[in-house]
This record gives sequence, structure tokens and C-alpha cells, in this order.
Amino acid sequence: MEIFGVPLQALLGQIMLGLVNGSFYAVLSLGLAIIFGLLRIVNFAHGAFFMAGAFVAFMAGRYLGIGYWPALVIAPLVVGILGILFERFALRRIYRLDPLYGLLLTFGLVLVLEGGFRVAFGSSGQAYPTPPELRGAWNLGFMVLPIYRAFVIAIAVVACAVTWIVIEKTRIGAHLRAATEKSELTQAFGINVPILLTLTYGAGVALAGFAGVLAAPIQHVNPSMGSDLVIVVFAIVVIGGLGSLLGSAITGLGLGIVEGLTKVFYSEGSTTVVFLVMALVLLVRPAGLFGREET
Amino acid sequence: MKVLCFALFACAFNLLLGHTGIVSFGHAAFFGSAAYATGYAVRDMGLTPEIGIAAGMLLAGALGAVFGALAIRRQGIYLAMITLALAQLVYFTFLQAPFTGAEDGMQPIPRGRLFGLVDLRDDFNLYFLVLACAGGGLWLVNRIVNSPFGEVLRAIREHEPRARSLGYAVDRYKIMVFALSAALSGLAGSLKCIVFQLAALTDVHWHMSGDVILMTLLGGMSSVFGPALGAVLVSALHHYLDALGAWVTIAVGLIFIACVLMFRRGVVGELAEFLSQRRVAHASPKEGIDAKI
Repeated sequence: MEIFGVPLQALLGQIMLGLVNGSFYAVLSLGLAIIFGLLRIVNFAHGAFFMAGAFVAFMAGRYLGIGYWPALVIAPLVVGILGILFERFALRRIYRLDPLYGLLLTFGLVLVLEGGFRVAFGSSGQAYPTPPELRGAWNLGFMVLPIYRAFVIAIAVVACAVTWIVIEKTRIGAHLRAATEKSELTQAFGINVPILLTLTYGAGVALAGFAGVLAAPIQHVNPSMGSDLVIVVFAIVVIGGLGSLLGSAITGLGLGIVEGLTKVFYSEGSTTVVFLVMALVLLVRPAGLFGREET
Repeated sequence: MKVLCFALFACAFNLLLGHTGIVSFGHAAFFGSAAYATGYAVRDMGLTPEIGIAAGMLLAGALGAVFGALAIRRQGIYLAMITLALAQLVYFTFLQAPFTGAEDGMQPIPRGRLFGLVDLRDDFNLYFLVLACAGGGLWLVNRIVNSPFGEVLRAIREHEPRARSLGYAVDRYKIMVFALSAALSGLAGSLKCIVFQLAALTDVHWHMSGDVILMTLLGGMSSVFGPALGAVLVSALHHYLDALGAWVTIAVGLIFIACVLMFRRGVVGELAEFLSQRRVAHASPKEGIDAKI
């Protein structure tokens, strides 16, 4: 079967790949949106934390013999703690300034993290094995579906849903939202806002680390794996509307698919299509698809 | 010569950041495109260097106008992210375009003869060309900043709604300064291309945009020539720490963090602050005496 002269199998395969990428975009942009929504910091280091997550999983596997499943928990924790330390000792000092300083500060952190891993492991990639339970592929009749990829998509959707529920429906989420609206008033109600912010940054960054572990078996684990990704995620967040959680998750998945489709029909354009979409969206809706115009 | 190019680049960038309050995270796009344009004009079309440089500036300026028109629809942090994403678009375009040699970059680019007369293969001649262009560029930046146009830019930086209510077409000014800054960055990129006979992907990569921000921040964005000093410092850093490999990145990153946390005014700004405080310290005892008398 063919659609527009492209075999259905190839088409579905690319959509699948797009969905996998889209899952990473969604998880990353969600973390970015949370951090921005609460801390007003654009976390440039998000890609670096993603990379750190992959590396922690890799190091845990090589030096401590820790397998994929424990790593899926440990790596985000380690990354989250890293993030908390950074928040505590650096980010906290610049909350009252223009958000641009946050961008610059986290950019500095990117250089340090990337340089650090490059010193330790070199620029070339390290392979990380797919866990044995998830090897192989299902044959669905019309296409072959690698199990690991299906798993990534599923777990990413779950992660997004859980994050969304935590923020929108639970007590902690309510405190968080209160703290962003009126931080001093919330503090007066006896809620420890600084700790809340620290934990939020840790959680957002841990989410990036989690995505990093998910990505490790698919991509080569290397120091620059996060740096180009983070810019795509920025574009996605701009398209979705910065600060809108739902917007970032949906846009992330959607643009993954768009990217996959572009790869089928015009493969040279696949790396740029996200930015083109961004330019178009900006022309029509400067606030982004799901965003509200801020004044 | 490299330092001169970067000094010009940083000052051109600061036209936006320091004097208009616009943060562009995509200036590498202008720098790099101009380098590629010059390379293409000189090597593949066999044109003379001055036409190549003009072509680079023209392309960068046009690109700047487009970026500006798109980016100024949002403000502050959004604007920075948009310029970054647009610059990445440019990066991928050059990565895939057939004439750029992808990962290897464009090389070797002949230096040729300036106006068909002066042989630029002679380093001495080349040096004076770069010096003249960079000097001219810096002079122009200084001129712009201290002109009525510069006053309007400062007004926009300080209080945009007010500038708008005074009847200035703020958006037009912003796009114009974007294009100007881009064209000057382009001049820097073109010169760099002629000097090194090379246009490569690193010129377009966003690390370059980060570098130029660091130069500006380090030098001090409140002054006209502060960024040039920052460029000198960063270039020196890269030069002397080159042997350390990836450690340079860490060092640069740490300096970056230190700058943002502690010296937001930059070297020139801190120096000015220090001097003015000293003046106050010197002046105050005297005043005390005066008061007693």
C-alpha cells in the first residue's frame, strides 16, 4: 500500500520515530514549562541535565553494574539533586532580576556540564544497551514496532499525565500555583516557598534526567546530545505558549510527528521544520498556540 | 586580527543588548552567514574581497531585518528564545546546503586582491584592512549610539510604552537597529572569513552566540567599547588555555556563571563604579571639613 507514492510501512515507521522524538520533546518541554511557570527562569541547562541523566545511567551501568530499571529511578534522583544544589547556590540569587540573567546563568552551567563530561568521556558516543525485557519487535502485520520505542512513548505519556495531575489536582500543586501568583502571601500562610521553589527546580530537572535515561538506549550517550535538542524544545515551548503545561506536552508530541512526516516527504527539511513552524505560528499568534498574551 | 573581528562583533551585538535592551541569542547566524556569503562570492564566483565583504554585510543585514521583524513580536526572554531558534534554522540550512561543505566548512577561500590592487596575501596589508574595517565599524557603533537615533534606542530600553506614546515608531526602530547590528556582525564575520580563509559551521553554531554574549557581559554592556575589551579577554582565554582542551569550556562556563552572579556590570562597568566610589571617598572627608568650617 502506498500513500502519496510513499510505502505505508516507511510512512508509519517515520511517524513512529517522530512520536518517539515527540515524547522526548514533550517530557522536556513540560519540565521547562514547570520551571518557567514557577521560577520565571528559562532553564537553558535543560538539555544538559537530559544529557547528564543519560550519562548517570551509563556510568551506573558500567561502574556499579546497575541495570536499566534501577537506573530509571536513580539517574533522575542524582540529576535532581544536582539541580537542587545549583538552585540553592546560584539560581536563588537572581530571582529578583530580569529572567534573562537566568538564561545566561544556566547557559554557563551548560558549558560547565558539557565540558565536564567531555573531559571525562571524550566527545564520541558511548553505547547503552537496551534492557533485555524490551528487546525485539512486535510485528503488527502492517508494520514492525520495536518494543523499546513503544515503551518510551507509553511511559512518556504517563510521565506527562502524572506531572499534570500533580500540578493541577493535588495539594502540593495548589501550593505551587499559589506561590507563583502571590509568593509573599503564600509564605504568610505558613508555606515554605523557598523550599518549594528548590524542589520544583529539582523535579523539573529530574524529569529531564528521566528523559535522558529513556533516550540512552536509542541514541549514543554523548556530551552534546542535549545541546541541539534543547533549542528544538525552546522552539516547541514558544509554539505551545510558554507556561502552558498542556500546550507544551501536546505541541511536543505533535511536532515530533510533523518532523517524522517531513523526513518522509522532504528529508532535508526535517531538522528545520520545527523552526519554520515556529516562525509561522509567531506570525499568526505571537503568544503561541496555547498561550495567553502576557503584558 | 581575530581579536579585532571579535571586538567588532561584540560591539555590534551590544548595539542591541546594551543600548536597546534587546537580547538576541542568535547573532552567530549573522556572523556565520556573512562568512559563508563572502566565502561563496570570493571562492566560487571569483569576485574581489571587497565585493565579498559587501555581500556578507548585505546578507547579514537582510537576515537581521527578517529576524528582527519576527522576533520583536515578543519581548525579553521569548525574544531571546526566538532568535535562538531562528539562528538554529540558519545553522541547519548551512549544514545541508550543497556549497558549504557541511561538516568540513568552506576552505580554502582565496584572499585575493583588494580592489584588484592591494595583495591581501601579504599579512601586513591584510592587517591594515582588518584594522580599518574594524575601526570603521567601531566608530560607526559609537556614532550610532551618540546620535539622535541612539537616544531613541535608549528611550526604548528605559521605557518602551513611553517611547511609543511619544510618537516614535518603536517597532521600526527595533527592526532597524536589528538590521544594523546584524550588518556589522556580518562585517566581522566576513573579515574573519578572509583572514582565516575559512567559513565553518562553528561560526553559525549557537555556541558562538553564547560566546559573544559572554564577551559583552564580561566587558560591560553599559559602555560603547566595553564589549571590545571583553572580546580581547575571551580571545586571550581561548588562546592561552587552548592546550587544556575541553577544560576551556568549563573555565568559560565558570566565568560566565561568576559574571552573572557577581559582576553584572562587566569589567568596564565595575571599573567605572570603583573609580566613582573612590572619588566619593576622596571627596567626602573634604566636605566634612568644609562643613565644620
